[in-house]
Amino acid sequence: MKFSEQWLREWVNPALSRAELAQQLTLAGLEVDAIQPACAPFSGVVVGALLKVEPHPQADKLKVCAVNVGREQPVTIVTGAANTRAGLRVPVALIGAVLAGGKTIQPATLRGVESHGMLCSAQELGMADVAPDVLSPATLGHPWPSAQGLLELPPEAKPGADVFSYLKLDDAIFELGLTPNRGDCLSIAGIAREVALLNRLKIHAPPSKAVFNIVQSHFEVEVQAPADCPRYLGRVIRGLRPRAQAPLWMQERLRRSGVRSVSAVVDVTNYVMLEWGQPMHAFDLAKLHGRIVVRRARQGEQLTLLDGQQVILDAETLVIADGEKAQAIAGIMGGQEAAIGPESDTVFLESAFFSPALIARRARALGLHSDSSHRFERGVDPHLQRRAMERATALLLQIAGGEAGPVTEAVYAEHLPKHAPIKLRRERIARVLGTALAHEQVTEILGGLEMDVNPQVDGWLVTPPGHRFDIGIEADLIEELARIHGYARLPAQLPQATLTARAPSESRVAQARMHDLLIARGYQEVITYSFVSPDLQRQLNPGHTPLELANPLSSDMAVMRSTLWCGLIQTLIYNQNRQQNRLRFFESGVNFVLQGNEITQEKFIAGVVTGAPCPPQWGLESREADFYDLKGDVEALLNLTGCGDGFRFEAGAHPALHPGQSAQVSRNGDTVGWIGALHPQVQRALELKQRAFVFELRLAALEQGRLARFGGLSKFPFIRRDLAVVVEQKVSAAAVRECIVSACPALLRDIELFDVYKGKGIEPGKKSLALGLTLQDAARTLTDQDVNAIMEGIVKKLRDELGASLRE
Amino acid sequence: MQKLADTVNEARREILQARDRAALDKVRVRYLGKKGLLTEFLKQLGSLPAEMRREIGQAVNQAKDGVEQALKVRRGALEITELEATLSDAALDVSLPGRGQHSGGAHPVSRTLRRIEHIFTQLGFEIVEGPEVEDDYHNFEALNVPAGHPARDMHDTFYFNKNTLLRTHTSPVQVRVMQSRPPPLRVIAPGRVYRCDSDLTHTPMFHQVEGFMVDERVTFADLKGLLADFLQNFFERDLKTRFRPSYFPFTEPSAEVDISCVMCAGQGCRVCKETGWLEVLGCGMVHPNVFAHVGIDSEHYTGLAFGMGVERLAMLRYGVNDLRLFFENDLRFLRQFQ
Repeated sequence: MKFSEQWLREWVNPALSRAELAQQLTLAGLEVDAIQPACAPFSGVVVGALLKVEPHPQADKLKVCAVNVGREQPVTIVTGAANTRAGLRVPVALIGAVLAGGKTIQPATLRGVESHGMLCSAQELGMADVAPDVLSPATLGHPWPSAQGLLELPPEAKPGADVFSYLKLDDAIFELGLTPNRGDCLSIAGIAREVALLNRLKIHAPPSKAVFNIVQSHFEVEVQAPADCPRYLGRVIRGLRPRAQAPLWMQERLRRSGVRSVSAVVDVTNYVMLEWGQPMHAFDLAKLHGRIVVRRARQGEQLTLLDGQQVILDAETLVIADGEKAQAIAGIMGGQEAAIGPESDTVFLESAFFSPALIARRARALGLHSDSSHRFERGVDPHLQRRAMERATALLLQIAGGEAGPVTEAVYAEHLPKHAPIKLRRERIARVLGTALAHEQVTEILGGLEMDVNPQVDGWLVTPPGHRFDIGIEADLIEELARIHGYARLPAQLPQATLTARAPSESRVAQARMHDLLIARGYQEVITYSFVSPDLQRQLNPGHTPLELANPLSSDMAVMRSTLWCGLIQTLIYNQNRQQNRLRFFESGVNFVLQGNEITQEKFIAGVVTGAPCPPQWGLESREADFYDLKGDVEALLNLTGCGDGFRFEAGAHPALHPGQSAQVSRNGDTVGWIGALHPQVQRALELKQRAFVFELRLAALEQGRLARFGGLSKFPFIRRDLAVVVEQKVSAAAVRECIVSACPALLRDIELFDVYKGKGIEPGKKSLALGLTLQDAARTLTDQDVNAIMEGIVKKLRDELGASLRE
Repeated sequence: MQKLADTVNEARREILQARDRAALDKVRVRYLGKKGLLTEFLKQLGSLPAEMRREIGQAVNQAKDGVEQALKVRRGALEITELEATLSDAALDVSLPGRGQHSGGAHPVSRTLRRIEHIFTQLGFEIVEGPEVEDDYHNFEALNVPAGHPARDMHDTFYFNKNTLLRTHTSPVQVRVMQSRPPPLRVIAPGRVYRCDSDLTHTPMFHQVEGFMVDERVTFADLKGLLADFLQNFFERDLKTRFRPSYFPFTEPSAEVDISCVMCAGQGCRVCKETGWLEVLGCGMVHPNVFAHVGIDSEHYTGLAFGMGVERLAMLRYGVNDLRLFFENDLRFLRQFQ
């Protein structure tokens, strides 16, 4: 909501500076988002009367004018403006004038004729740069009035008068960011009401009753949907001057409110809306047939709107129709057919109250938003319609002449919104605000807000006024008290509560620990969007139906991620394109999986590495990271649970991973996640320059740790034996390990795999594994004999079960 | 006897002249070896008359001890010299970088989240998370935003279908917690939220922390005190805070909280649009309609609730001037928060 400070101060003028007024509004909940000057400052521009206009002897498009600028002698000025004509009063920038933007006017010779100044357009004065605020239905489809031509000043403007002060341009445009509950402040009247109360001042409103003659001119109104439209006022005005324009002062107020000036009729309806908050509509009576019918649209009924858009309506939409068809969508936008045109001389003015909920639903469903619907859906005072009608009539007759007929009013009191009295308890105020308010404070504030306040034993019975649609319960009244009293004046205290400890279980691994571990191992955390490109996701997680957004922002953010790899790979590509080669990223967050109609949302932690495992450094051979570097990081993560042994890595087939360099991780038979090299085809398709390794693990599985338990210390020495066995290549290290453990479960304390060898000395197709075994008995010292027997048992079992032989 | 004294002197001189341990050893052999010069004196003792033998024997032994002592001292000196030489050969360039993995870093939004969580858990608040794909009921309806309510315009919502959407705020967690257990409650709910909006100052995804406290005697004064205290702690400085009336359908009264601008100390700058104030939080007292939806008796309990944008706080705290940087994940940006 934009408004002119001058306009407001005409209604109520507190002794506050501009900045103080802005702060007061902001602190009362009417946040001032911006303050702009009504016009960039200029000087040396005066009112000039064009005495004589003659064609330029040397140029077809130029004119030579004799201009009375309040001096004894007229000055000669050359202009090219199309609307130049004798008798006109226009702004004249004299020699030495400084225009908006800093341009200084100097004498000039144009094609041999001396020019002693410049005739100005609104644009040259910086008065045309304020963009419209919200589109008004009445002005849609109309172009901006030409700001190129000379600004035509009223005939009574005195030549020589300073234009900046004549047009009262020393004004500011306030822009309020109103919250949706404060529809009552979408007008000068509403803002003035607040300012008056905050400063304990009285309002000076324009007269509500105007005096004019009523002629017999009637147009029938029939309301068929009284619940949607409990009040409808109509009036015929005849004999308007065609092409009448609103006076400059009105155009200026509209401009400063962000509304375009169009024609006298449209401008007046907009002016009254800005002044009082009542949206109005004007139909060209000559184009209406029979009568006005307020009804629900017929299914499939068509209407061409003011903005040229064709809409097909349904029975959920309220329309203003004539005897034949819909002519406007009630409260939202008028139709093109009966719109006011330049030649319209007979109009039907409408001032109505429409159900806020209905307007809100329809405006949203139709995707239409107008100044009118903006106000109706927030609630317009249901008692305002007649006052607005009288005000608009008076202004219109004053500007465009004509004669007004009587007001036709259809009212259905049972459907008008009513405010039931609300009980406000004294004790409750203190209970919510933490401080009590005196009876006088309560009655002064609520009374000032035009509420009806009746004292009761334990409080008050309060009835809010018609313009407040946001006051329905006791809490709303308490907020109003706090708001006007001032939040700054309310007490503050540190909360008191019962102390209760809320320690997380020690056997649960905190996500923060996982993050810290990965960070210590060189990973950078990233946060990527949860919606990703369906193409990318198809590459990384093929065979899954993605969860699609109905209204995505763009096609590359159209589906919810089912794997964190999407964001990580994108981050990889982004940084790879910025000369970064050694990349280690992780992210934790939710994956979204759609199965049938069920959406599962589960948290994962995932990572990607590419390039060297460590930063390049002296004394360390540079190499690319491989599967086992990543596996080391993953194992470290798993070991946070205190039972890393409980996780298994098994070669598996993931369509996005290298079939020979990937593993499925599981715990107690449940899948925990995947680790591996990206499939070379995927890598190529994504144009990754280096091999990339990824992992992704269910967070829930990693969070399940265990409480440590002391198992005693053996008093007897341990014995270490090394063992080198040769097995077929396909025999996994895990199988060898499990075989050893099963051969000697009681005394084996530790197994270390410290070498894997293939090549010279080993039969092709085989490999040698070197293991260090630590043996210890809790009850006695092991003898060499004991250990030899154990080792023999192990070797035998390895030979029998895995075909292993000792390496010679 | 004179010959003995000369030999000892000669030995001492040679000892001092020995340049290393090998040379010193030769000196030892020359004087104390089996055929050494001093050993010879001892061997000659047998040929002396008995009365002289004792006296001269003592003298020879003294001389021998003296030479041995000199050898020991010299040997010690030579060892030190040699050790010094080895040590200096083994000296390192201590300015060379250390070896091993360099550490990565947490995302600035995560750091900020952790800080917020830390402050509130110190106050006994519990951290609860909720689903990101929400239903209309928890995201709007139960929060007193029925269909057609103008407040729905404040939220540009991503939908999957009519009833399923991406949560536009973390407030639905409030509903879920209050539905599941009775007061007293002290909870914060951090997480991702989504709005269908993308420009210089909006990203379609961002983070919020919702917080609420429901008890028998929670007042607006507690809300003011709690949040002012939080902001002082978060920014680690003595900030001015300002509470302004605002509107949220799920709180009544509602407020927005401004802090004196952390960039210009309230003097007015580009960041605070010359106002000296920065909006950082929305808050209020839990609306009785919300309590009604979750079955909490609003006559018996009152509640305060607040919500903050994590990116906004991170930007102010770390001086980040472009919101979109957070989700570009440029390593050059992220590394600055290690």
